Amino acid sequence: MSLEQQQREIETPQHRHARHQGMEAGEVLDTVEKAFAGNPENMRYFYDLFRDVYCNGIKPHPGKEMIGTMCVQIPDEIIHAADGVPVRMCNGFYTDEEIGGEFMPAKSCSLVKASLGMLKSETNPYSDGIKVIVNPTTCDQKKKVAGMMREMGYNVYDMELPPVKESEEGREYWRRSVRKFTQEVGKLTGQKVSRKGLKQTIKKVGIAQQAYHRLNNLRKQTPAPILGKDIFMVTNAYFFDDLERWTAATEALCEEIEARVAAGHNAAGRRSPRIVFTGSPPVFPNLKLPLMIEQADGVIVADETCSSNRLLNDMVSVDEWFMYDMVDAVADRYLKSCTCPIFTMNDDRIRRLIELYRSFNADGIVYQAFAGCSVYEMEQRSVAKAMEKEGIPMLYIETDYSPSHSGQLLTRIEAFMESLKARGRLK
Amino acid sequence: MNIKAYIDRIDLRRFRFWFQLATFALLVYGGRLAIDLGNSLPTFSCGYNKKGLAGVCYLLPLQHQLAEPWSQLFSPAGLGVLGGFALFLLWFVALNKAWCGFICPLGTIQDWITSLRKMLGIRYSTYSDEQFKKLSLVKYVLLLALIFMPLAIGGQLLSHDWATPYCQICPARMIIPVFNGDFSQWLVDFSSTGKMVLTALGMFITGLFLIGSFLKKRFFCFFCPMAAFHYIFSKLALFKLKKEGSKCTVCGNCYRVCDLQIKPIADNVVKKDILMDDCILCLKCVAACPEQGALRVDFLGRTVFESTKDGFVKRMGLEKKE
Repeated sequence: MSLEQQQREIETPQHRHARHQGMEAGEVLDTVEKAFAGNPENMRYFYDLFRDVYCNGIKPHPGKEMIGTMCVQIPDEIIHAADGVPVRMCNGFYTDEEIGGEFMPAKSCSLVKASLGMLKSETNPYSDGIKVIVNPTTCDQKKKVAGMMREMGYNVYDMELPPVKESEEGREYWRRSVRKFTQEVGKLTGQKVSRKGLKQTIKKVGIAQQAYHRLNNLRKQTPAPILGKDIFMVTNAYFFDDLERWTAATEALCEEIEARVAAGHNAAGRRSPRIVFTGSPPVFPNLKLPLMIEQADGVIVADETCSSNRLLNDMVSVDEWFMYDMVDAVADRYLKSCTCPIFTMNDDRIRRLIELYRSFNADGIVYQAFAGCSVYEMEQRSVAKAMEKEGIPMLYIETDYSPSHSGQLLTRIEAFMESLKARGRLK
Repeated sequence: MNIKAYIDRIDLRRFRFWFQLATFALLVYGGRLAIDLGNSLPTFSCGYNKKGLAGVCYLLPLQHQLAEPWSQLFSPAGLGVLGGFALFLLWFVALNKAWCGFICPLGTIQDWITSLRKMLGIRYSTYSDEQFKKLSLVKYVLLLALIFMPLAIGGQLLSHDWATPYCQICPARMIIPVFNGDFSQWLVDFSSTGKMVLTALGMFITGLFLIGSFLKKRFFCFFCPMAAFHYIFSKLALFKLKKEGSKCTVCGNCYRVCDLQIKPIADNVVKKDILMDDCILCLKCVAACPEQGALRVDFLGRTVFESTKDGFVKRMGLEKKE
């Protein structure tokens, strides 16, 4: 085929989509890598991982049976024990959002639209190999999207999550859901979840969590030794990376950051306000807000989002290593400590925010709500009120995946950073 | 590494095993070495264990004293009761409910039975929330009975055959002497109706104890009138179980490992002094907590053991082998 012929060939919509997606990912990766000086050496693994999967079309788990998960509440430990690879389907691509938007009302959440769009497009990195998509009954949009995924030909497993987590009924309801899932997932993968297997994977996930905690704990240091955008890259990689490779890469990063702390390295500016990030989750490549904050001289030192802290924070403890003791323990971790706004009460989330603000020595909170994510939008009032009472400055930003309005957003963020700096001077 | 960090990383399971073994030997066999810790111990060091007794459970002398004729009990002579009580209180205040989790021989026996069950690969049972709430009241009923029945005897409202009613039905009376080869308590006393009822009930409860503690962790502690008695004075104790609600993520690890199924330990984020009536202060909750400083034990206001990420990781076996 001559060059001329190649050029004349009409690009299929799939190819165009893949090309656009690659461009979108590439642009964000370029910003993440090049707009900031002195990135840690060991972030290279994560930057390359995203470039490989989202720009170079390298499949993350060739030949493996992947189990798609729609939310943070699906127990990884159990999927691993059934010899499946959990892959989080929550997606951050604007290009995918446009496709998914065709199926959903205009005022729906970008993340749900983008996740649906990704599943619709055949070029997504997980297109072949997704055995089943496990969809917990969290928010209404994710609930209803299950039907659409079924229509697209996916095998969808509805995992029932209670709307109240404080009650004993709620706990028992969820434990039952998880017990049932433990049996079902084994049937799907052909590998029954065994007592030994589950014990091993609880430890494996625990070790990964420990690596995360080690890294996260370093962010308590002043000056901040690592930027928040890099942390989001690390935790976002957990969505789909091989567990052991991820753990090893994170540990290597920890060592480097520990050395940086010892050397008094400052990853941010001299007077950068320290930010706690909360609300709708930044998912690659939608790192718009975190990047803006850090480009506006802020530094994200902690977060309360399901794409990062909530994903890895809570570790399981088991008293007697019996099968259903372990399953119940795993179930509790995903329900009881979850600060997702879909639950009726949000006291835990408020408490958590205050605790993060204090223990990470932060200056302010940035609250992101995706337009159309009604639960985060609704919690804004109560959270803002609680923060005001505590005297914690908070910026609430409603946004979506679209690249427009970025100038306006940046102005607001810059103003917030300046006000925090002024507040710091007064202190 | 400083001492505090070392303690926070302790393997609590192993520590408790050896500590309990030592205190068991002391209380059950110490008498053979002429050790005598008096008659006011706030733990089930059973007075019927004549051969090895190193100190007597306070409930036995208490029931004896309360059964004295009212003319004596409510006279200056009755002040003797207060002396015994003061000593009991001193013992208790020093250690709080750690008497249950670390010293009580009957508690230790239950932990051994639990280990046996674990070795056999059988899972433990639990109560439902509803059952828990109802059964939790039993210990108070027993406490009231062990105070008022002797009083009724002293007032000649009840026959002497009902003397020391709680001891007669306590499984410790039958079980602990066995460790000194003494089976003399394993009988039903037909000499009177009162004795027959109580000893038969005792026999039945001992059976229940053996089966129950095989199925359920610390089965008997849940009904223990001593636990109820402790709780009344626990605010005075020097050892305190504290919770820092702001640091708690309500993950429920502490509740799940709790032998007594105490739920507020996980769910209550307001209460600072989190010791509940059923608590045996075994500290498993502190050891199972992954949040830095969310649960801790204070002695005289000084933190002696607290939950740490580091300790959690070590106890869960998540540490890299260097």
